[in-house]
Amino acid sequence: MKPAVLTGEHFMTGDVACAEGALAAGCRFFGGYPITPATEVAEHIAGRLPEVGGTFIQMEDEIAAMASIIGASCAGVKSMTSTSGPGFSLMMENIGLAICTETPCVVVNVQRAGPSTGLPTQGAQGDMMQARWGSHGHYDIIALAPSSPQEIFYLTIEAFNLSETYRLPVLIMTDEMIGHISERVVIPEAKKIKTVSRPGPKGRKDRFKPFEPGANGVAPMAHAGEGYHIHVTGLTHDERGYPVMTVEAQKAMMAQLMGKIQRNLDDIIRTEAYRLEDAEVVIVSYGVSARTSLAAVDEAREQGIKAGLLRLITVWPFPEAQIRNLAKRVKGFVTVEINLGQIHLEVERCAAGKAPSFLVGHPGGTIITPERVVEALKESF
Amino acid sequence: MNQIKKQVKHPLDDLLRIDRIPHIWCPGCGIGTAFSSSLIAMRESGIDLEKTVMVSGIGCSGRGAGYVNLDSYHTTHGRAIPFATGMKLANPELNVVVFSGDGDLFAIGGNHFIHAARRNVDLTVICVNNFNYGMTGGQVAATTPLTAKTTTTPVGNPDTPFNLPLLAYASGATYVARWTILHTRDLTESIEEALLNRGFSFVEVLSPCPVNYGRRNKENGIDSLKIYQDRTIIRNDAQPWELDIDFDRGIVLGKFIQTERPTCTDRYDNTCRPKEFIEGEKGLE
Ligand SMILES: Cc1ncc(C[n+]2csc(CCOP(=O)(O)OP(=O)(O)O)c2C)c(N)n1
Ligand code: SF4
Ligand SMILES: [Mg+2]
Repeated sequence: MKPAVLTGEHFMTGDVACAEGALAAGCRFFGGYPITPATEVAEHIAGRLPEVGGTFIQMEDEIAAMASIIGASCAGVKSMTSTSGPGFSLMMENIGLAICTETPCVVVNVQRAGPSTGLPTQGAQGDMMQARWGSHGHYDIIALAPSSPQEIFYLTIEAFNLSETYRLPVLIMTDEMIGHISERVVIPEAKKIKTVSRPGPKGRKDRFKPFEPGANGVAPMAHAGEGYHIHVTGLTHDERGYPVMTVEAQKAMMAQLMGKIQRNLDDIIRTEAYRLEDAEVVIVSYGVSARTSLAAVDEAREQGIKAGLLRLITVWPFPEAQIRNLAKRVKGFVTVEINLGQIHLEVERCAAGKAPSFLVGHPGGTIITPERVVEALKESF
Repeated sequence: MNQIKKQVKHPLDDLLRIDRIPHIWCPGCGIGTAFSSSLIAMRESGIDLEKTVMVSGIGCSGRGAGYVNLDSYHTTHGRAIPFATGMKLANPELNVVVFSGDGDLFAIGGNHFIHAARRNVDLTVICVNNFNYGMTGGQVAATTPLTAKTTTTPVGNPDTPFNLPLLAYASGATYVARWTILHTRDLTESIEEALLNRGFSFVEVLSPCPVNYGRRNKENGIDSLKIYQDRTIIRNDAQPWELDIDFDRGIVLGKFIQTERPTCTDRYDNTCRPKEFIEGEKGLE
């Protein structure tokens, strides 16, 4: 029987590495529904979970898959689902439920080209704004964008840790290319992997308020069956979890849901810089596009353009401060992404006219080549 | 005087969130009766209430979870069953009770119902069937009788309603009953049996919505109760296909199905878990 953490060197796809990352993070429930190019995440974990004491279920649709992982998390088990565009759309309402009820869970979107059924087997990065705003109402979300199978392994663990720390759904916004590429993945020993679990309540059960923030600004979480008699609702609620239909209650709840993210941006946001110190033009990219942009930086420098790359590992919350600071000193930005301008809009917003911002985009189905990025740099600057 | 002042305790006080009363249900609404029958059954059944959870969807009936003084989850419209499925599979020790409305469980949530029944997920599903969408003001439901008036079928419903016990049976439920809120004793007994039944258990409760359904169909709260008395027939041995909702011919009530088959969790453990894992687990005990 295999252990939960497959310590060793492997050759695996991003999808499989994602499933292994989840297991290493302590995920023991997966509710899924097949969809290309995310199916392999579910297929792999379906075989692995029962041997490590977890449970896999293929639900009747993605709405049910999302609802099931929230239910499992409320029962105290770390949970995940994976999907692609059409399924991501179906999950949106319940992603909002997890946000409102502060239920930790992880949702993986292996992006393909849309809209609608689009190009089912071909990658894209077109769901980035949907990740940010796809569920109704205003909220903050965390979304991570891995650039390799090795990184998806680690970022899946990170996604669980963030979701357990801040009690919210965390999205892994990967793409078909990263999901399907096979590469070397090194899995460390279990004891070297840092995992976080939501803190439970302390003190008298009858005095416990399930949504009263603890010392770190996040409420400890009681689970079903622990004797706290909690009430959890997607209605606007107070610290007891009771529905309160007033403007004041809405304000207070929203301040809590947003505040726990906004106060901890430094802990949440991760980026990686490549040749950025002396860069005059900054490529902003993430996921597979950040990989192809690496070669573009080197090539541009050969041709005399002082380029650098800011790779977004956390896409949401957006690293606003970093872009604002760079905008003060650089000639401009080029955002490289497989859509027709989504994160580009954020870069433009944060650059706030201090530096021009250009898009190297593509409607989906293939990667953006380094040559195209270099061309764009030459044209723009 | 003193006696009047003395606060009288309701026999279900310990199971109610007293600090949330008054509830939202209208005068004459049947949901409260279905709800108290459920609470009494939960207590009488002897199940461990500390391990008992109520899950609701959205609707007037879906507010049930908000009033029970147990762990309770008020989810999204139609999704109580998949939420409950995740909860039950993640922690099979929990007794998971779904309390929700006909629109919630059988229109928007219909797909989840048939799949949970097919898998025999060990849940108890109590459906308050008031023949319409009460909360949103009385629109047509998948249970509205043929020709009945609702706000979205102002001249009469052209569609045939579901026979819910037949749907539950055909999908694989292992306990199926139907009562009305007038038949509280039978209803409570049925819910108790459903709670104790290992497997997917379904109890349909016919219930008046005088404010939205009754008003448009010349039926006040008392009329509904009279109909539940005069036009129902108790036949525990009735076949599921004889249970159409047709008030002219009479509506059949009773406990129709009680049977055993392995639950979703049983089958998963036996089929999917490696033998060594199961033996290892046993060894730990
Ligand atoms: C996704 C979604 N669609 C629509 C609604 C609006 N809505 C709230 S309750 C309800 C119907 C409830 O009917 P039922 O389950 O029969 O409950 P009742 O109020 O009759 O007890 C609807 C359509 C919603 N809350 N969510
Ligand atoms: S609208 Fe109908 S179902 Fe809703 S509380 Fe009032 S009477 Fe009951
Ligand atoms: Mg109804």
